[in-house]
Amino acid sequence: MANNTTHTTEYRVLARVLLVLMFLTFLTISVTSYHLAAFGVTVALLIAGTKGFLVLTYFMHLKYESLLLRILVSMVFVLYAVIILITFIDYAYR
Amino acid sequence: MTEKATHIEAHADDEAKKLGMWLFIFTELLLFGGLFLVYSVFRAKYPANFHEGSLELSVTIGAINTIVLLVSSMTIAMSLTAIQKNNRKLAMTLISVTLFLATVFLFNKVFEWGAKFEHGLYPGSKLMPMLERGDLLYFSLYFFMTGLHALHIIVGMVLLTICLFKVKSGNVNSKKYIHLENGALYWHLVDLIWIFLFPLLYLIT
Repeated sequence: MANNTTHTTEYRVLARVLLVLMFLTFLTISVTSYHLAAFGVTVALLIAGTKGFLVLTYFMHLKYESLLLRILVSMVFVLYAVIILITFIDYAYR
Repeated sequence: MTEKATHIEAHADDEAKKLGMWLFIFTELLLFGGLFLVYSVFRAKYPANFHEGSLELSVTIGAINTIVLLVSSMTIAMSLTAIQKNNRKLAMTLISVTLFLATVFLFNKVFEWGAKFEHGLYPGSKLMPMLERGDLLYFSLYFFMTGLHALHIIVGMVLLTICLFKVKSGNVNSKKYIHLENGALYWHLVDLIWIFLFPLLYLIT
């Protein structure tokens, strides 16, 4: 049956993910309030990245999707990283 | 045609629908990605102005809206679990809760923008061109990015309302729930974008 391939994420898993996401939100607010300058934005982006990863993995259930889809999604982020890199190289050396 | 063959066909179709939704999500990610790119270039150029600009925003309202969106993202994910478990009533309740939270988010946004408007700070106002270049860029990006995001919230609400009626009519059920799945994916995208918007616009050190 085709239904066997679709995965049902349990309520408690989703609730746990939400708790972690809320904790990370709290963490990012308290960390940035310490005025760590350049260090602050790195930490904020790392935390946002972790939160984004959790949303993609559990809420958007990529964890249970086909390898093809997971590779496609990863490629979008790789592409975006390359675009950022090229733009900043352009700005740094013009 | 045998029953098995039609079933496989229907399943393949759902997979294609989901892939199509993801391809659309990619374009949305790159749309906001472009804005984040503009933001990071100008932030690197005018760090002091961007910091001052962010102090004008209320971290409390931003944090409340972050929590509201995170919870709504969970409730819509749970509604999919509910429909998969054939619990229609719970699924409808959870979609309604999501829609309610979306309204709370927009209400906060109106309140937040309203305070800026009162101070004469809005796109096209007399005050905006008199600001320093860095401040002007910060507030223009703030209004454009949160505005485009709010537009996505409204579109998401329309999609989820359609899903709600489809669940009610039985069009979306425990065997066929691709519409709700795709609607939920769109809603998670809106949440995903806000996860990056919040620290970048509100928490600049």
